[in-house]
Amino acid sequence: MTEKTNTGSEKVMDVDPGLFTFAEFDEVSSERTGYSDYSYWKSTFRVFLKNKVALMLLVFLATLILFTLIQPLLPGQKSPTEIYNDPATSMQLRNLPPSKAFWFGTNSIGQDLWSRIWSGTRTTMLIALMVGVIEVGIGIIYGSLWGYVRKLDRLLTEIYNVLSNIPTVIFLLLLAFMMKPGIKTMIIAMSITGWLGMARFIRNQIVIIRDREYNLASRCLGTPTRRIIMKNLLPYLVSVIMMQTALSIPATIGWEVLLTYIGVGLPVSIPSLGNLVNEGRLIMMSPELRYQLIFPVIVVSSITVSLYVLGNAFSDASDPRNHV
Amino acid sequence: MLKYTLKRLAQSVVTLLLVVTFVFLLMRLMPVEGYFGDRSDKLTPAQREAILDKLGLLDPWYVQVGNFYKNLSHGDMGTSSVYRVEVPVIEVIVPRVPYSVAFGLIATGMSLVFGLAMGVHMARHKGRFWDKTWTAYVVFMNAVPLAVYLLFVQLYASSLLKLPILFDKHDWLSWILPALSMSLGGIAGNALWMRRYMVDELNKDYIKLARAKGMSSSAIMVKHVMRNAYTPMAQYLPMAVLLTIGGSIYVESLYSIPGMGGLLVDVIQRQDNPMVQALVLIFSSVGILGLFLGDVLMGLVDPRIKHEKSEGAR
Repeated sequence: MTEKTNTGSEKVMDVDPGLFTFAEFDEVSSERTGYSDYSYWKSTFRVFLKNKVALMLLVFLATLILFTLIQPLLPGQKSPTEIYNDPATSMQLRNLPPSKAFWFGTNSIGQDLWSRIWSGTRTTMLIALMVGVIEVGIGIIYGSLWGYVRKLDRLLTEIYNVLSNIPTVIFLLLLAFMMKPGIKTMIIAMSITGWLGMARFIRNQIVIIRDREYNLASRCLGTPTRRIIMKNLLPYLVSVIMMQTALSIPATIGWEVLLTYIGVGLPVSIPSLGNLVNEGRLIMMSPELRYQLIFPVIVVSSITVSLYVLGNAFSDASDPRNHV
Repeated sequence: MLKYTLKRLAQSVVTLLLVVTFVFLLMRLMPVEGYFGDRSDKLTPAQREAILDKLGLLDPWYVQVGNFYKNLSHGDMGTSSVYRVEVPVIEVIVPRVPYSVAFGLIATGMSLVFGLAMGVHMARHKGRFWDKTWTAYVVFMNAVPLAVYLLFVQLYASSLLKLPILFDKHDWLSWILPALSMSLGGIAGNALWMRRYMVDELNKDYIKLARAKGMSSSAIMVKHVMRNAYTPMAQYLPMAVLLTIGGSIYVESLYSIPGMGGLLVDVIQRQDNPMVQALVLIFSSVGILGLFLGDVLMGLVDPRIKHEKSEGAR
């Protein structure tokens, strides 16, 4: 027993001391034992492309958005806010059913529904995108401070509790009621109420992942914080962030419609999907005018449903656990 | 248990005070026109000043908060300025509470019964026709704006089923559509949750063991799965009531139900600041009450949660 130990320690002395210096990080040798050609984004897209329904919706949505953007540039388009009069009698062309001149008909004061719908889609999508970006921005900053900085935990939790205890509808109504109706008001009100969910998601994810063994191991091995964030944390968070962003757009559109109904949405002079649905609601009791409700509703629903499905599909695809 | 409840109660009261104060301060930013009523345009600046001063709105904010709580302690929430001029806000609101509560409870009940049944059905037929059908329903409910699909429920369900299109408290048939409208979203949420829960749970080892020792399927469901499903449900239940608030504001207004949600829409449209303030504070408090009840209920039904330190136990 003693003899063996002695010979062992002698052998240790013989080993080349050069093996005991710190190794530099070398991407090639670090990948040598792992699954070699794994790339996070490549796998994400591969899984996403397998989902045929989501792919179809993506193409559909992209076409729709592209069309909304170029629609005013197409030849023969009418102005969304101009009131059209009959040249013979100079009466307003009210409630005309869909025809060759007015593809989706006219509304109750003689405006062209077709161009109003696309103009409304532009307004609403602009609001929804802005709100989405602001929400995600605030949510990520607040959420990561909340998750990482332990000293702030108490304070940020309290703030979150106060804000999240006010029902969203009420909070939103109140904010929209207090400010002057307009696009800016809508964006501000919906951003103030919308970031809470995002912040909580990010915080929970960070708290869960922060102290996992592989992160401890990385830290022990001296991996710089930047690389821990980029390689260990972000891939997990991207799926959550993507899903939240995609889902926040349909939600925003929904709130817009609701706020307009209650009377604190956009002014009637700005066409938006909320305004159009609301105009349609006013005349929905007469069946021959119902097209004024149906057309905007089809556009709203197809946008929100495709975004919702896409958001979920992308979140599945970007979750590293679904990659093989 | 009592100690836990009291502690949780104290916590809720603190949150309530914080929320009410926050919302109250936020509401100091409401446009002042809402305090003058219909005379708004005819008033001279001096008269406006006098009215605001009489209402105490020109005091520093901490004085206003103090006065607000002092008045609240004897049930005074101000008087309505437009909706019913000079009538105390409380008198306008109180007769409307029963309708909102009744609809909230019916809608939550319906969304639980139908939602859980749907969820169980989905889990049983996982990956097959019914699962896909109900999933489509859930996606539809979550994605299409509530303000849009509820319009169609009112429009087509009323004519197809020959149901009244507006609410009338004496006609029980007219309760059906509003209650259904308020529960549609909840059904989708409950179904999705129940499905995920069941699928997760049925794959667990203790279920396999129960099956291996010859327990019948229904006994497994009742004694194991359902028993475990209670707990999160108990906590979620009051939150569900809270969520129906969102739907109820729109639905009450759509069907002209004389409840608090419809009233809120009315007073916002007519710019009656004292009424808006009172209703917003009430709705905010209801949410906190819901969360509190949820936690207490969960403590009651979940035997695993021990609230006192059991030092003797090993």
